[in-house]
Amino acid sequence: MNDFLFVVVPYICLTVFVAGHLWRYRYDKFGWTTRSSQLYENRLLRIGSPLFHFGMLGVVGGHVFGLLIPQSWTDAVGIGEHAYHVAAVGGGLLAGIATVVGLAILVYRRRTVGPVFSATTVMDKVMYAFLIVAILLGMWNTVAGSILTIGGEYNYRQGVSVWFRSFLAFQPDADLMGDAPLGFQLHALVAFGLFALWPFTRLVHVFSAPLGYLTRPYIVYRSRDQELGSHRPRRGWDRVG
Amino acid sequence: MRVMAQMAMVMNLDKCIGCHTCSVTCKQAWTNRSGTEYIWFNNVETRPGLGYPRTYEDQEKWKGGWELNDRGRLVLKAGGRLKNLLTIFSNPKLPSIGEYYEPWTYDYSTLTDAPAQEHTPVARPKSLISGKNMKIEWSANWDDDLGGSTETAHRDPMLAKIAEKVKFEFEQTFMFYLPRICEHCLNPSCAASCPSGAIYKREEDGIVLVDQDKCRGWRKCVSGCPYKKIYFNHRTGKAEKCTFCFPRIEVGLPTVCAETCVGRLRYIGLMLYDADKVLEAASTEEDHGLYEAQRDVFLDPFDADVIREAEKAGIARDWIAAAQRSPIYALINTFKVALPLHPEYRTMPMVWYIPPLSPVVDVVAETGEDAEDKGNLFAAIDALRIPVEYLAELFTAGDVAPVDAVLKKLAAMRCYMRDINMGRDPDASIPAAVGMTEEEMYDMYRLLAIAKYDERYVIPAAHTEQAHSLEELSTECSVSEYGGGQQDLFGEGSGVPTPIAVENFQMLQDRQTSDSLAGPEDKGARINLLNWDGKGSPPGLFPSKRSGS
Repeated sequence: MNDFLFVVVPYICLTVFVAGHLWRYRYDKFGWTTRSSQLYENRLLRIGSPLFHFGMLGVVGGHVFGLLIPQSWTDAVGIGEHAYHVAAVGGGLLAGIATVVGLAILVYRRRTVGPVFSATTVMDKVMYAFLIVAILLGMWNTVAGSILTIGGEYNYRQGVSVWFRSFLAFQPDADLMGDAPLGFQLHALVAFGLFALWPFTRLVHVFSAPLGYLTRPYIVYRSRDQELGSHRPRRGWDRVG
Repeated sequence: MRVMAQMAMVMNLDKCIGCHTCSVTCKQAWTNRSGTEYIWFNNVETRPGLGYPRTYEDQEKWKGGWELNDRGRLVLKAGGRLKNLLTIFSNPKLPSIGEYYEPWTYDYSTLTDAPAQEHTPVARPKSLISGKNMKIEWSANWDDDLGGSTETAHRDPMLAKIAEKVKFEFEQTFMFYLPRICEHCLNPSCAASCPSGAIYKREEDGIVLVDQDKCRGWRKCVSGCPYKKIYFNHRTGKAEKCTFCFPRIEVGLPTVCAETCVGRLRYIGLMLYDADKVLEAASTEEDHGLYEAQRDVFLDPFDADVIREAEKAGIARDWIAAAQRSPIYALINTFKVALPLHPEYRTMPMVWYIPPLSPVVDVVAETGEDAEDKGNLFAAIDALRIPVEYLAELFTAGDVAPVDAVLKKLAAMRCYMRDINMGRDPDASIPAAVGMTEEEMYDMYRLLAIAKYDERYVIPAAHTEQAHSLEELSTECSVSEYGGGQQDLFGEGSGVPTPIAVENFQMLQDRQTSDSLAGPEDKGARINLLNWDGKGSPPGLFPSKRSGS
């Protein structure tokens, strides 16, 4: 069972994630957008969207730190278990609360503002469900697992994190995940579900984060090239034989 | 010197009668899709008035365009690159749909479906955004012909800059029309604001376009453009803007707005300019110097050095010849009667205007004096400070002298030509009073009053060796490639690209007869009849057989 849930399913989701993005980028560059609804409503978005997105950046940063950096490394540079714990829980709570509050505002806005709601696709709703559950489970793990220590203390850096790195190295150790508390298991599964959905939702805009803007020249010049038309020009010769 | 060619337009405002034909034909050609209901690539504003979107010219509020920072360097008014990225999750300066207007249609079916009743049924307005009943409170030209101006016109940002109080009383008002399209600037702040780098300026003809495949819907261009001529398509989530009808320009045809202008007030032609001097000109310290600075960026197409450099830069011989015959060059540099719209935004706009003399002529005529007499007109130009100062706020960043000079040239032309038309001896002192020779004055008259189609539009076609990739001509791809793809999987507009050049009759009919307000179902019906080779029957060519109806 552990092998299925924490090896087979995650790899399927990862494959869909990678292949889906490649396919979507080739097939649907035109649909690759944030699908912003700011034009319809600005008052709630102005508070909710930055809260959610900056919170989310913190959450992602925390996950990268917690999952990818082995405990031995932080020990080696002299960051003790307690110091790490305080920093991780503190930062995680801050980012998590910003994310949850922002998300609550955005979901409220999406449901109550007529034009925004009618611009919501089925795919959006499914994605929102996975996103909300994943975030709430993550908050539960932080609050219940690390602060209130319901069900005993669990050091994810010796469990989930090791499993995740083994998973990325294609030598998955499912038992590490099988021993983790239920909250972590569910969080991981829902998150992988979200990854599988990712390429087919508006979440693709994450991979368009325009960091190149910081270095490119202000004005872009482009020649009227072959690609400009709505289709690729056919070769100008006929095959012989 | 780095010579580049720019397709440019000049509009003669004296001839604009405010009929909105340009706006309507443009909308039919480009923005009659769902998601673009409120988008007017071309709109005609009554001035004084609020403009579209409302008060877009107030850059202290909207922060569009460029400004000089404390060290005299040119920076985006909305802030630097980092600030631009940090505000990406919620654009603080994006006009809401209310600043434009909420598009609507009418519930026409009630007129025919309503049961017998005492009162005539009414077609109520329905919002195209929410689909609900709505109250119509504003639209793209709500203050047309000064309608409601006693309530709204004092909010005109340009009027606010004039110290004297303008009373909107019937006998004191002046007005004129201002048709606007994208300025296709030499230093476009929309392109500079785009985080994705999707907005680009074409090297060949300087037309500014949005790459729909690269646009990610960050909305920064909308707030970055001080003219608010980039719009957000709320269905596809992408930015759209005036294309200068590039598929037509590429084959030597004028834009749709120019082609259909009943007043024949638009001129289209090439300008050669020195790309190396653009930044320096846009960084001119004084706002009043920007008009002259931009004229200095333009190159004389008759100059041997310029021709040599242009050829080195790969500009074809027929394009240089077109630049020499360009009506734009004549109006801007030879006769100096065309002025840029809001040079103080420092974007180096390339749609210029000949300011209208009519507000002045009207006042003189109303007094019963001879409105074609040089003395009367010159005195009136000097005396009527409000219209002149208002024009200066629009075209020269508030500097009255260039506007005065243009208006006096136009006035002198009226007087001089009247003598000729009446069979009297022409008076050489009239052109001399505005620093022109009689011959120049007559040439200017020819260009402003007579100019036939091929004199107003001097558009060199793109070169035939590239013809297979030009949008309007492309003949290389069978139509069956278009209709396919899954529809609406990721929202409207997803899937393989549809041709942009031509929308067909069938699609229009589908939209007009569909039951939903702005249904995306029509997308599958888009085919390009120009590209259809006559073989087979592509989906969408014929209406679907609806069973049971």
